[in-house]
Amino acid sequence: MSDAVMTRAPARSLPRIKGSAVVMTAYIVFLLLPIYWLLNMSLKTNQEILSTFSLWPQEFTLANYLTILTDSSWYMGYVNSLIYVVINTVISITVALPAAYAFSRYSFMGDKHLFFWLLTNRMAPPAVFALPFFQLYSSVGLFDTHIAVALAHCLFNVPLAVWILEGFMRGVPKEIDETAYIDGYSFGRFFTRIFMPLIASGIGVTAFFCFMFSWVELLLSRTLTSVNAKPIAATMTRTVSASGMDWGVLAAAGILTIVPGALVIYFVRNYIAKGFALGRV
Amino acid sequence: MEKTVNQKAWFLVLPVLVLVAFSAVIPLMTVVNYSVQDTFGNNQFFWAGLEWFSEMLHSERMWNALTRQLMFSAIILAIEVPLGIFVALNMPKRGFWASVCLVLMALPLLIPWNVVGTIWQIFGRVDIGLLGYTLEQLGIPYNYTQDIFAAWATVVVMDVWHWTSLVALLAYAGLQSIPDAYYQAAKIDQASRWSVFRYIELPKMQGVLMIAILLRFMDSFMIYTEPFVVTGGGPGNATTFLSIDLVKMALGQFDLGPAAAFSIMYFLVILLICWVFYTVMTNLDKRGVVQ
Repeated sequence: MSDAVMTRAPARSLPRIKGSAVVMTAYIVFLLLPIYWLLNMSLKTNQEILSTFSLWPQEFTLANYLTILTDSSWYMGYVNSLIYVVINTVISITVALPAAYAFSRYSFMGDKHLFFWLLTNRMAPPAVFALPFFQLYSSVGLFDTHIAVALAHCLFNVPLAVWILEGFMRGVPKEIDETAYIDGYSFGRFFTRIFMPLIASGIGVTAFFCFMFSWVELLLSRTLTSVNAKPIAATMTRTVSASGMDWGVLAAAGILTIVPGALVIYFVRNYIAKGFALGRV
Repeated sequence: MEKTVNQKAWFLVLPVLVLVAFSAVIPLMTVVNYSVQDTFGNNQFFWAGLEWFSEMLHSERMWNALTRQLMFSAIILAIEVPLGIFVALNMPKRGFWASVCLVLMALPLLIPWNVVGTIWQIFGRVDIGLLGYTLEQLGIPYNYTQDIFAAWATVVVMDVWHWTSLVALLAYAGLQSIPDAYYQAAKIDQASRWSVFRYIELPKMQGVLMIAILLRFMDSFMIYTEPFVVTGGGPGNATTFLSIDLVKMALGQFDLGPAAAFSIMYFLVILLICWVFYTVMTNLDKRGVVQ
């Protein structure tokens, strides 16, 4: 198969066509091949997966997806994940907006140290925090709730949100603030009516990143939940070991976890590059 | 931009401060608390001073994990950064295909980390995985659960697959910000492709590349889920990186004292390296390389 890939890449881009197209095709094939393989497996029966080796499903079946979409212990995993991801995104952006404004506009006592300290939380390995989080949230009675996971994910999402938003806000000329204040706008009205629309793309990008990092994280969300708020990622690991490797369902569950991400990417595609540069381009 | 001095700005930062204090400082203090105490069960704790720290400093297990971790981070940075730049240089500049490339490249970044692990675990299996099967058919011995080299190769390729796009997208954003006039000037001077890269593109990408290296370093240094799903830290301890070792110690064996001391030293190492990066970055900021 890898031979086929190698020959297909140059074949598609006949002479004349630039080398860059070849490079991009090869790279994207490299990216998509493992995902395709998962998709391929999710459309096969377990028996076919284990008995025959084929590049596409011989007996096409949607049974694996049906299993997931009809069993509440499976699909509630997606619902749980989406709930805490959305809560986390909302919290992160709400608290990060004023802070980023402060960092981008004013200098105050200890601002540089504070900014670095915030960044260090983005660097903190979740493994360090797993056990203390478990104890903290158990003791305040939040264990196994969506809000616990959302708050825990704030550990790395809030600093990131402040970092990205600060980059975008720096690009807005200060004269706009001053003009608005002269025109008699209060801070709150100026911020929500004038400033936020100006950095709307920045807020969108930040939401994307908060969504992304909360959606992909497993260690903390698994440690902090048991039943009611169990994320899909944890559902996958447990059910698999219990049912003795149900490869087809595992693959289907994996494909379904990619879908929300793909949708979000599609909506922010024009801002991805700038967002990854944290607004600093 | 000149900033005004305004101490009231503290009020704007307050919500973040409260939230992060709750989700970072309290747990961190718990860790510090454990790291200086010993317990014999029944919630009875005894002051142990710096005993755990000295124990961990002399523990071969931790040094081995740290060496593996540094090696892993170094390898993936050495592959992902040049490869990411190379891909970014070859990306279409604008139009339909640019969007297609962006969307497809960002796809691996949004896959939950354990699914990334699962994908590669399946992909590399000799019986049902495309990669493993192909290598087997070609007569190359490949078994990531038994062979140390194969395990490392799988984990490294997986990380390259997962994160190279991040570097590429950043470098691409940097390239997009270069005005066409620069290229035209280079054309008039008959600059070679290499000197265009070396004297125009690379300096302009410097800022975003620092961010890329910083993010990649941080995330690779705390990598846990992906290698854990694929190899479980094995064969033996060959791919037991710092986080995997820590979780084994803290949640598996419940050795709270040593695990806490381990955590703190782990955190300090990351902090130190990131401080260096951050200082370099803010210096670049000041020189106006990053706008």
